[in-house]
This record gives sequence, structure tokens and C-alpha cells, in this order.
Amino acid sequence: MSDEFNQIAKFEDPGLPEHVHRKTDTDPKAADLAERQVAILFILSALGTVLAIYAYIFIKDDVFFFIPIMGDTNAHQLFLGLGMAISLLFIGLGLVHWAKMLMPDTEVIAKRHEFRSPDEDRADFHQTIKEQAAAAGLGRRSLIKRTLGLALGFSALTPLVLLRDLGPLPGKDLEKTSWKRGTRLVTDPGDRPIRPEDLEIGAVAQVLPELEPGSTRHLSDIAKDAVLLIRLRPSEFQLDAERLSWTYDGIIAFSKICSHMGCAVALYEQQTKHLLCPCHQSTFDVTRAAKVIFGPSARPLPQLSITVDADGYLVAQNPFNEPVGPSYWERPS
Amino acid sequence: MKKVERIGVNVAGYVDDRTGAAKWLRKNLTKVFPDHWSFMLGEIVLYSFIILLLSGTFLTFWFDPSQREVVYDGSYEPLQDIKMSAAYASALHISFDVRGGLLMRQIHHWAALIFMAGMIAHLMRVFFTGAFRKPREANWLIGVGLVTLGIVEGFLGYSLPDDLLSGTGIRIAEAIIQALPVVGSYLAFFAFGGAFPGEAFIPRIFTVHVLLLPAIFLALITIHLMLVWYQKHTQYPGPGRTEKNVVGYPLMPIYMAKAGGFFFIVFGVTAFLGAVASINPIWLYGPYNPGQVTAGSQPDFYMGWLDGLVRMAPPLETAAFGYTISWNILIPGLIIPGILFTLMALYPFIESWMTGDKREHHLLERPRNNPNRTAIGAMSLSFILVVLINGGNDLIATHFSLTINQIMWFTRIGVIVIPPMVFVITKRICLSLQRADREKVLHGRETGRLVMLPHGEFVEVHEELSAAEKFTLTQHEQPMALQVPNSDANGVLNPQGLKGKLRARLSQAHVEQVSAPSASEAKELESGHH
Amino acid sequence: MNAGVKRLSRYRRHRYAAPALLITALISLGATFQVASALPNSSRMESTPKSTLIEEGARIFAQGCSSCHGLNAEGAGIAPSLIGVGAASVDFQVGTGRMPMADMSQQAMRKDPIYNEEETAALAAYVASLAPGPAAINEAQLTYERDGNTAEGGELFRTNCAMCHNFAGQGGALTQGKYAPTVMGVEAKHIYEAMITGPQSMPVFSDKTITPEEKLSILKWIKSAESEPNLGGASLGRTGPVTEGLLVWTLGLGLLIGIAVWLTAKAR
Repeated sequence: MSDEFNQIAKFEDPGLPEHVHRKTDTDPKAADLAERQVAILFILSALGTVLAIYAYIFIKDDVFFFIPIMGDTNAHQLFLGLGMAISLLFIGLGLVHWAKMLMPDTEVIAKRHEFRSPDEDRADFHQTIKEQAAAAGLGRRSLIKRTLGLALGFSALTPLVLLRDLGPLPGKDLEKTSWKRGTRLVTDPGDRPIRPEDLEIGAVAQVLPELEPGSTRHLSDIAKDAVLLIRLRPSEFQLDAERLSWTYDGIIAFSKICSHMGCAVALYEQQTKHLLCPCHQSTFDVTRAAKVIFGPSARPLPQLSITVDADGYLVAQNPFNEPVGPSYWERPS
Repeated sequence: MKKVERIGVNVAGYVDDRTGAAKWLRKNLTKVFPDHWSFMLGEIVLYSFIILLLSGTFLTFWFDPSQREVVYDGSYEPLQDIKMSAAYASALHISFDVRGGLLMRQIHHWAALIFMAGMIAHLMRVFFTGAFRKPREANWLIGVGLVTLGIVEGFLGYSLPDDLLSGTGIRIAEAIIQALPVVGSYLAFFAFGGAFPGEAFIPRIFTVHVLLLPAIFLALITIHLMLVWYQKHTQYPGPGRTEKNVVGYPLMPIYMAKAGGFFFIVFGVTAFLGAVASINPIWLYGPYNPGQVTAGSQPDFYMGWLDGLVRMAPPLETAAFGYTISWNILIPGLIIPGILFTLMALYPFIESWMTGDKREHHLLERPRNNPNRTAIGAMSLSFILVVLINGGNDLIATHFSLTINQIMWFTRIGVIVIPPMVFVITKRICLSLQRADREKVLHGRETGRLVMLPHGEFVEVHEELSAAEKFTLTQHEQPMALQVPNSDANGVLNPQGLKGKLRARLSQAHVEQVSAPSASEAKELESGHH
Repeated sequence: MNAGVKRLSRYRRHRYAAPALLITALISLGATFQVASALPNSSRMESTPKSTLIEEGARIFAQGCSSCHGLNAEGAGIAPSLIGVGAASVDFQVGTGRMPMADMSQQAMRKDPIYNEEETAALAAYVASLAPGPAAINEAQLTYERDGNTAEGGELFRTNCAMCHNFAGQGGALTQGKYAPTVMGVEAKHIYEAMITGPQSMPVFSDKTITPEEKLSILKWIKSAESEPNLGGASLGRTGPVTEGLLVWTLGLGLLIGIAVWLTAKAR
């Protein structure tokens, strides 16, 4: 179909349209006007700079005033920025206006040539490459070629080895948290121990393990230790006997670190008993040991077994029995 | 001689005495650049890169890339006496205790968004007009590299202040590293200098953000521009424009004035955004703490589609023989983006293989005249758009009274169903646009003027197109499908096997066209009419 | 200054001064409390004796609430039992207009309250009379301006509230179309009541895990965020990077492309 049309006469190229003169080309008054317009744009730019400097020096940064849509706005920031914007924008507008109105606007045609060199040049070039390859003996001396490859490949190993000290090996670090048998649950923030009766039905509390005297808490500890306490009616649980024994009087504790990608999961919906991760919307059912009911997470949140100590404070019954947080290759399943 | 001319001549003489470059410089100072608004998209990117260098340098004068714990005592009251990293404290210091610091932070961030948005728009322009074809494949590859690095650079950049939102982003990045089979936890511990978040990550990514990546950008951008310069810019088809010429304005002085002016304009618009619109208000997010999170935790838009993919992933994880593979992270976080970017990078070669077209091209194609390519592009965009919507599903849910679950399911299904639909629809639209062009060339433009003929019939007056318009609408190629031989010279059947068949099929799809009207056809029509 | 005060001030530094003062203060506080609790709760209630207030509440309840919550507030279907929810819960639900619900949608929305303050108080008194529960908060308890600490409140807010209500209290999505509403522009009293009663999806934040002082700090931070002017220009909703991305594709790139079209258009 298209074949035959290619044989048929196409519409002819009428060539570049005739150049139409601008008003500024023919009318000196228009050109003068354009010149003045460009000058005004440049002057506006200079005024913008003055505004910016004035704002920098004289407008205090605690002055606010109301602008519709924007609300209460900081005058220092606004006028400094606007001044800068004006000073830059109007230089640009002036330059473009100048180019458009006063510089020649006749279109110019430049020739383009195919990039491929003439055949004889190419043949010479190919010949040279062949000669060079032969001179180096790349074709014949394969031992050199292979050992060079080996050496180059090996030399890339040094930089890799040098990066080894970037950090320690993970070891068992990802499996461990600060929770131990008998560690008290304390509020985050506040570090106050909690009694079961402190929590009403439907209450939550963000908790961390109590600090041992003399130690400090780092962010990397919180990244594994953060726990969410939730109190339900004991009858609402649908847990097996073991998991039920990990709760205390309707209080259940989960790792707050998402089993998907490690965000803090703490959106607890009191009515549905669902926990939602705000990062990727994995949804966990608290009554069924944080079973995943929606979203990308593949595992329930690890549950912390809790009980009370002699003083009646909530403590960990045992450490977590699985690693908290996102999965990794050697994570025991 | 005027004073200006004298100075110019003296400088030119001085340079030539020392380089002998008079001829080369003369040629290049009169180099011709075609003019079209869509050719300015790349310039937007180039200029925002320069703005990023300038504003970024300003920020480094005060920024302290350290995760050492400090107690804030700056002038922002709601955070006073709060423990935070030195990085966050110094970002607050820049915002509230350095005059113009907040403005510069906002200019830097807005420039980064314009940089990324401009790159994507530029990439779309190059794709849909076929500007990537021979001899410009290398520049396409560099462009894809720049987009990829831009995403990384942007992510590292907004991670530096160590606020609650960006810290959550780093947490997710750590989870992706950790999910890599075999080496994941090791790489994560190396990258973070130990357990997450540690104190090593921010200083390290600072060096990458301000030194390593900008240097690579500078190198790639330089090569990109040198190639544009050397290969000369493409141009849109039109009267007088051929594969053998470039029609436009000379570099000096017109293009220089316009391009230079546009730099100031881009800077001015960025400064305007920085002045009137708040971006990344880190003081509201608070310092990072792994036990905290905010509703609506989203990345910047160029990462948003990745986040949307991760959100919609099915909960798949393989645990066997004591090892775990997180498909729910690997597939959306690495495998799909990897496939997408590889296909994008290879597209010029794939298209040339499909069509068998190995010629040089300097005239751009109107998107409608290459329906298959346009449909592929629209399909890819629709994919990204669907997953991007899912990346903002929580905000969409609250603002349009939907549920995140509905949006999640809509996009989970949509990401499979919508792109093919978009492909088919786009292709049909392109073909009917071609048909409309054909009508216009043969029968003229509808004027909307009705005329009553002597016998009472009403007809609409059609106005004939100008010769220039007719040429522009009909000049495009009418490619033929690739002929894959059924048997070779020795009589072997189907010598290229399945690959050959596939190639023939793809080629067939690629050349689908409404034939452009020819002059002879128009003449025939005319003689028939009268 | 009179001589008596002067004489007293002489003993100010006496080593028994502090304990003595403390004991005196405690005794007088206890005494005041005794008297106060014997008295009706507030001056307004003096004019309406408590029993009639409860009766009034019961009347309103029967008219406006019992069709869903049952004649004795025992609850029915999706309407929960109100026995033991306390006056705070009623004051929050009715005072913010959430109850009575306009329609049985997913979630009761904040709207203009249907009952006025007196009617709300009467309802609260009636529900409180059914079984003990958290008492409604009165303005005198909301001393956050004096006793709150903004920075500490921010820390508490980010740990306990931001995951649902967003970093700037703008609200956010929950599952299945439920949402955490914005806390901006909400009366401090109602925010406090929400924390202690856990309305709808919201959990309860006990006084032992977040002490009343800490709750006041949270209130102070919320009020400070509410009145914080836009330090960096238009706030774009304080919802994070999504609106920023939208703005850069529309206004940012739109402006630049518009200028590029002008720049490349042929002058006449």
C-alpha cells in the first residue's frame, strides 16, 4: 500500500517561507520603543535587587502579614525572595525581548552532512586499526591477552576490599533487641514504668525497654526496641493458647517496627482492632496476633510476651522470639 | 571602528595568536540552532542544574553533615531543648538563623524538582518526536543515565536534613538494601556503618550528594551538550527544512541572548517559587526517630512511583532452608524499575531492530505519524501515572472521600489493564489524526462558513491549505514493513526462526499508517470535482 | 507593708518553714476539695439542681439518641452502649457535632453541634449518671498556656499522634475510608476529651501513660502549630511532598514552558 505511494509525486517542498519584516525592522519608532521597553525591563531588574537588599537588611524576620491564599506570611522571606526573583527574571525577559525585537530575525540555513566518512577514508581507518592491532600482537599473543584480563579483573578487587571497613559484619545483630526476660516496659517519651491497671480498655501506649542504669539509648536501639501496647477485652482475642499466654489481662504488645520495611506501625483503630502502617498500608489484625490482612507485608508483627513483676509493673516475659523489622536473606524463618 | 568592535577584534586577535582557532571559532559562533519551545525543555534542566550548584554551595557553608546528637538551642521555639542530629540542627539553623537561608533551601529544593520534572518532560519530547534515532542513540543513553542518577541525587538530597519524613525514607531504602539476596544485611551494615540508623550514613551520603554525583552529572552533561553541538540539533519538519540542513538562528548573538536570558528566567521563576511557596518544612516534621512516623509519609514525586509500586505489591515472601527472599520488596523496589529503565535505555536499538531502519535522521517526526512509538510512550506514561496515584493513595483517599483499599485495588488491577488499553487507544487516536490530516490536505480546512447553493443546498466552504501546510502534513515517510525472507538462498525454510517471525510481526505493527495524500491524488480529486 | 507580713517573712527562711507551709497548703487544699465536692459542680448548675439536669438530659436522650443507642443507652447494632463512657465522651461527641450522626456512614463527621451547651451538659450529666466514666473537661483545667511545654508536646505528638493525624495535625487516612480528622481549629477541651475517651477509631491515651501535664503540653504544641504563620510562603496544605510535586508540574513547569513559547515565537 505504502509502496505505491512512494512512487507517486509527493507534495513539493515550497522552500523556506519569505521573510516577513517585523515592525521594528521597518519603523525606527517601533525600534526605539522596543529599546525603551528593554531598558525598562533592566531597570525593573535593578529595582528588584534593591528590594532584595532592603529586605535583607531592614525587614525583621518576625514581621508577618496576611495575604489571601498564602495566609500569614513572613515579610523578610517573601520580599527577599521576590526581590531576587524580580532581579533575575527581568534580566532574562529584557535579554529575550532585545533578541526578539532588535536582533536580526532572518532564519539562517546551515548545511548538514552525513556523518559517515567517504568510503576511502573509512577503508584507511580500518586499515590503521588492523595494523595497530597486529603491531600490538593482540591477535597472536593470547597469553598476554588472557593474563591482562586476569590482572585487570583482579585489580578491581582492591577497591572493593578497601571498602570492607565501612561497617561491622551484621553477625546476630539483626536478631537481637534490648528486651530481656523481666525488662520493664516504660513509656516513650517519659520512661515511666506501667501497671496493667494504668491502661483502660481501648488504650494504647508507646513503650521502650527500661534503660539499665548507666546506659544510654541510641536511635539504633529504638529502631529495634519500639513496642506498642494495646489493651482489649480479653474475650476479643482470637489467639492460640501460647500467644494468649503472651498477653496479660487483655494487654498485648507488638513490635512497632513494620515487618515490611521498618516504618513505625502505630495507627491503631480502636473499633476494628486493626493496625495500619502509614508508609505502605500494610494492615494487621491485633486480635489475631497481628496477622496481615491487607497490603504488602508478608509477616505478622512480632509479638512480645509480657507479664507483671513483683511490684506489679509490666515486664517482658521473654525476649522477642524472632527478629523484628524487615526481612533479610539469612533471617531464620 | 566603534569602541566595542575594536575591543572585540583585539580579543579575537589575542585568542587566535595563541590557539590559531580563528576559523573554528568563526564557524562555531555562527552555528545555527533551530527554534521551538520544546527545544527549551533541555535548557530548563541545564539551568536548574546550575542553580542547584550555586544554591547548594551556599547551603554547605552552614550545613553540618553529622548524626552526632545535639540539643537544639536555635530560634525555632517549638523544637527548643529537643535532642536531634547535628545535621537536622544545622538545617534548622540555615532556615531560621541565617538570613536568606530558608529562601536558599527552598530555591535548592524547588530547583531540584524543576530539574527532575524538566528532565522527564525533555525525555518525553525526545521520545515522542523520535529524536533519539541514529545518530543520537548515545545521547539518549546519557539522558537515561542522568534521569537515573537524578532520582538518586534527589533522594540523597532530601535525606540530608535528617528530619522525620526523610528518615523514614532512609529506613525504607535500608530495607531495600537489606532485602537483597545473600549480601543484603552485609551491604546494609557497610552502608550504615553498623545497625540502622547509626551515625555514619548522613556524612557518607553528603559526600556522594555534593561531590561524587555532581561531578558525574557535570561530566555527562558536558558530553551530552558536546554531542548536541557536534551533531547539530534536530528540527521539526516544514517547508525548507530537510535532512540535509538546519534552519534557525545563529549562536551569536541571537541564540546566546535568548539562551542566556532563559537562564535568568529559570532562576527567576525558581526564586519566585522559593519566595512564595513553602517546600519541605523540616521544622514541622521534627527530628528523625525510628519510633515515630507521620501519616502521609511520601517521597518526592520522582520517587513517588516507586513508593506506589511498593505499596501495591502482593505480600509475597519465600522462606525456605533458613533463608528469606522478600519478593514484596525486590519486585517493586528493584526488578520492575530495573526492567523499565533497561527497556527505556535500549528503546532506540529495539526500534531500529524492529524497523530495520539504519539511516541517519535529523528531521523530527510528529508523534501522530509514528503511531506505534507514540502508543508505546503513552502506555509507559500511563503505567507510571497509575503507580504514582497509588503512591499518594492516602492523600487522594482523604481528599476525594475514597478508601485507600479501593485505590489500592483500582491501581493493582489498573496497572495491568490500563497500559494496554492506553496503547490501543493512543494508536487509534494517532491514526484518526492522520486521517484528519489527509482530509485537510485533500479537501481543505473547514471554515465554518455556510453557503447556500443556487438549488438551495447548504455547503460548508472549505479553504484550501497553503503549499507550505500541505507539504508539512504530507512530508513524512511511509515506511514499509520489514520483509523477512521465508527461505534463504540455500532453500532453508524460515532462516531467522522465531526471532525473525517476531521481528516481522513487530515491524508490521510499527508501520501501520494512514497513507499520506500525494500531489497526484489531489490532482485527480480536483479533476473529478469540476 | 504591714507589720504582720513583715513578721511572717522573717520566718520564711526557717528550716521548718517549707514543711510547715506544705502541710498547711495540703490541709487547706483538702478542706477546699471537701467543700467543693459537697457543693454542686459549677455556678450554672446551682440554678439547675443536679437531679433536674439529669432528668433534662434523659428527656433529650429519649428524643434524640435513644432511637440508635437504645432507651436505656444500652446500645444496639452499630451504636455502642453508652453506659460507662462518661460525660467527657458525651461532651466530645455532641459538642463537636459528631452526634447525633447525620447518616450512618463509615465515620461520624465533625459539624455544627445540634445541641447547645446547656443541652450537651444535660446529656453528659444523664450519661454520667448511668455509670462512672471520665468527667467532662472544663476550661479551668486547660491550663496548657501556663503549664504546657511546646517542645515536649511536639515530641509526644510525633510519637503518639502524628502517625494518624500527620506531622502538622492535618489528619490522614485510615483503613476502609475511615480517617483521622484534622486537629487544627478544634477546641482544646475537645482534643483533651478525645485523648481520654478514644472516640471512634481513636484509641484511649491513659493518664498514666500520658500524664495530664503531658496532655497539656500536647495541647500547647497543637495550638502553637495552629497559630504558626507560614514561615516559608504558602503552606500547600502541610501534607508533605505530594502537593509540592503537583505545584512544580503545574505552576513551575507551566510558567517556564509558557515563557519558552513566548521566547521562541516569531516577533511581529
